[in-house]
Amino acid sequence: MHELSLVEGLVAAVEEQVTTGRIATIRLEIGHLTGVDPEAFRFCFDICKAGTRLEAATLEIVEVAPFGHCRACGEGRSFEPPFPLCPCGSADLELLRGGELRVRDVEVI
Amino acid sequence: MCATCGCDGAAFDGSIEPGHGHGGHGHPHEPGHRHASHDHPHGEPHRHPHHEHDHGAHRPARGGDAHHGPPHGDPDRSHNRFVRARVRTTGREAATAYRGDRRALEIDLLAANDRIAARNRARLERDEVLALNLIGSPGSGKTTLLEALLRELHDLPVSVLEGDQATELDAERIRATGARSIQINTGTGCHLDARMVGWGIDALDLPPRSILFVENVGNLVCPALFDLGERYKAVVLSITEGEEKPLKYPHVFRAADLLLLTKIDLLLHLSFDLDRLLDNVRRIRPGMKVFPLSARTGEGIGDLCGWIRLELAP
Repeated sequence: MHELSLVEGLVAAVEEQVTTGRIATIRLEIGHLTGVDPEAFRFCFDICKAGTRLEAATLEIVEVAPFGHCRACGEGRSFEPPFPLCPCGSADLELLRGGELRVRDVEVI
Repeated sequence: MCATCGCDGAAFDGSIEPGHGHGGHGHPHEPGHRHASHDHPHGEPHRHPHHEHDHGAHRPARGGDAHHGPPHGDPDRSHNRFVRARVRTTGREAATAYRGDRRALEIDLLAANDRIAARNRARLERDEVLALNLIGSPGSGKTTLLEALLRELHDLPVSVLEGDQATELDAERIRATGARSIQINTGTGCHLDARMVGWGIDALDLPPRSILFVENVGNLVCPALFDLGERYKAVVLSITEGEEKPLKYPHVFRAADLLLLTKIDLLLHLSFDLDRLLDNVRRIRPGMKVFPLSARTGEGIGDLCGWIRLELAP
């Protein structure tokens, strides 16, 4: 359900920052570590965009897998969600990617 | 990372194939194509010297693009850019044909909340207020635990911010112990956010060197994502919920610092395996501090209050 408030913020921010043209596509990254469900995000987006300049826009969601370094063995690698674990057995990881929740660009026509 | 294509330098395969526009409209096509029926008004298909920059150091400005100069949203529509970019991320591959201008736009969806949370945190730390954000399922015993803690910490200034979708019931329970409490009703909302907590801090007028408990809306999912400005997040988990909760709800466990394990007095009546729970906690959040507690018998309450007192007066 938190997807709803995130989508409301997204619609408001894009409307505020893209002042000309019609927005056709919004591309955003959702990291697997955020716990944000892309399907729920799309569902909320279709509701929230009604009556805004984003009405005709589609979402392009790029999912980002966790990536980081294991503090125990020092190896850098991608990790499998939902709970990243190094093959060496350690869960003590410095995660550099997978926490993304951001718009990368928009397509305006 | 590159704001235009989202690549991280190492993972990009370098294929960007520009097309061109014709007086306000256009169509994407492969480089090296031939047109049978019309001429090109604009010479050779051009290649961008893309991705010769170092992706590690820069963060593109909003609305612009640090390595391509001005944003792609060029007001001159004859310069419409039809770009098909293949982007390889560590996640799912995205390959899309675009029809219009692509404008780099960096919007962090949590930035607004995080900014307010940082303001809350600065304010709380300036006044040396110890703020704890309690997150747990409905019925995990958050309010009952708070009542027990407030009785034990009666000599200290303690305030409580109660988050629920509806009713003042919890704030009334807390006020009955003599502590100051404000209820925030989120309506349909499933979590407290930093703005709501900011309002609560204003309304509570917190004394310096005091304790603030924030009891989040009963939910193990959504509150994990929203920083409130607290010093510590604590998961409140009752043993009746089972040993597997850390695996089933890893996000909140990863985000939290403390585990307050409630209803430990029921251990005799349940087939709950404490070691298995602790093992699961370590798999998700190594180093998480665990307090086994019973509000009913008082077991562990003294230990937790001892830790709180140390945090308040280091």
